Amino acid sequence: MDKTQYKDVYVFVEQRDGQVQKVAVELLGKARELADCLNEKVVAVLLGYEIADKAQELIAYGADVVLCADSKELVQYTTEPYAQAITQVVRERKPSIVLIGATTIGRDLGPRLSARLETGLTADCTGLDISDDRDLLMTRPAFGGNLMATIICKAHRPQMSTVRPGVMRAKEKDESRMGTVEMLNINFDKSKFKVKVLETVKEQKNKIDITEAKVLISGGRGVGSTEGFAALEKLAGTLNAEVSSSRAMVDAGIMPHDRQVGQTGKTVRPNLYFAMGISGAIQHLAGMEESDFIIAVNKDKYAPIFNVADLGIVGDVKKVVPILTERLAALTKNGK
Amino acid sequence: MKIVVCIKQVPDTTEIKLDPKTGTMIRDGVPSIMNPDDKGGLEMALQLKDKYGAHVTVITMGPPQADEILREAFAMGADRAIHLSDRKFAGADTLATSNAIAGALRMLEFDLLITGRQAIDGDTAQVGPQIAEHLELPQVTYVEDLKFDGNKTFTIRKSTEEGYQIVEVEGPCVVTVLATANKARYMSVRGIVEAYDREVEVWNYSNISVDEAKLGLNGSPTRVFKSFTKGAKSAGKVFEVEPTEAVDIIVEKLKEKFII
Repeated sequence: MDKTQYKDVYVFVEQRDGQVQKVAVELLGKARELADCLNEKVVAVLLGYEIADKAQELIAYGADVVLCADSKELVQYTTEPYAQAITQVVRERKPSIVLIGATTIGRDLGPRLSARLETGLTADCTGLDISDDRDLLMTRPAFGGNLMATIICKAHRPQMSTVRPGVMRAKEKDESRMGTVEMLNINFDKSKFKVKVLETVKEQKNKIDITEAKVLISGGRGVGSTEGFAALEKLAGTLNAEVSSSRAMVDAGIMPHDRQVGQTGKTVRPNLYFAMGISGAIQHLAGMEESDFIIAVNKDKYAPIFNVADLGIVGDVKKVVPILTERLAALTKNGK
Repeated sequence: MKIVVCIKQVPDTTEIKLDPKTGTMIRDGVPSIMNPDDKGGLEMALQLKDKYGAHVTVITMGPPQADEILREAFAMGADRAIHLSDRKFAGADTLATSNAIAGALRMLEFDLLITGRQAIDGDTAQVGPQIAEHLELPQVTYVEDLKFDGNKTFTIRKSTEEGYQIVEVEGPCVVTVLATANKARYMSVRGIVEAYDREVEVWNYSNISVDEAKLGLNGSPTRVFKSFTKGAKSAGKVFEVEPTEAVDIIVEKLKEKFII
């Protein structure tokens, strides 16, 4: 394979109901960094129906070129039409790098593409960089987060990666950025469209298993009551977080057992763990100390939780939580 | 109906501990288990067996000790077990793994191919869809529930970030199943007793027709460049301040960490 034929950093722009997803904007930000490092272009691949009006926004977030396929076949994501569209783009344009959000859509699409294009794909990356040889360095957690591995795809192109949402930093929107928009014509083989979507249901999910939550807000004796946990739920709403609990609150019948963190509950490893009014008994620590970042709020400054916390606040959760909730609610309302 | 379920033996990653001083992984004494999502997939197949009399084949690729999970599958109710094992398959990334497994699956007939969504040692969720592509079959991932019309149509509920989707597909197709789709049955006592007398078919490179260049380490486009642990952790900063100032500090940290 002649690697020199392949250039530019492509981003699959995930949209749902015509709305560009946050992860796509994050990927454009990272793609911009990588492309600047390589002295190449950022190309956004926008697939959908009546979607072309989103192209300018993608340029404002860092794309130099937007390739847009506007087709009824792409109105909502299903594997085969999207795989066909991207395969055509890759075969015609030969990108060096293709980035895809590691969502339920991206993790369905990415491996299908990697097998069709016979190239490497690295899943769920949390770090991307360029090597001295201009190859993409893709870093990801393995063994349940116990180990980090940097993966390289040296002899195949494009180098493909799905990237964990919420990890990469979006660029500030710059409306003055210039770029080009090109409409694509995809030659679909509709005989391969076998999966039919009958119904798409959105529900207020509060059934995400706490082991899968990216952000957990956990309460202990300092939270103390059903009302206290209602306040944590409110806070959780501002961060798209789940609420979990120490054993004491489960034993007291305030929280259900499936929300319990610790030795006799669940082991969790979220990106962010709030320990609210939890002293940090060793059995609790065993269930959460591997969290990427831990913020603890506790009245007792000698509480053992502060030994594992990355950020500790000595204070009353009942005072801190409402103020924090209000502040975050205001912040998250103001755009992304 | 014929069903094939792909299963994998994995270290129970929830049992892996880090050495607090060096930050390295302690792998000793970590038990090996059937990957939880795969077990959910096997249970789904066995429920179809209970209802429609489906024939259930399990297949795994791995070293000799992976035989254990095939015996476990027998004891749960699987009808046939295939163990794909060859040094030529070793060191494979997801693509090379999917090439080998797809090669074996081409030797089998089925109406439904089930894999787990992802394995807990790698968490990639790639091999299922990659197999589906090699076999040119439609795929449905993140499956929570599956209904069969008794003829050839499957109505499937798949999980999404916002809720779920109901999709319809005809067999043969590939589904990747979540562990939370069901509660896997226990092995029956009789099943356990019999499992060790039953024949596990051991297949190697000669049983499948796949170009050797597409297998194992040589057939893997991706390589591990380096691996490392995050290192031992030290206690962070503790602030003893008024609530509003505390909130300022927290919000600043959340911004720094791109949480908001």
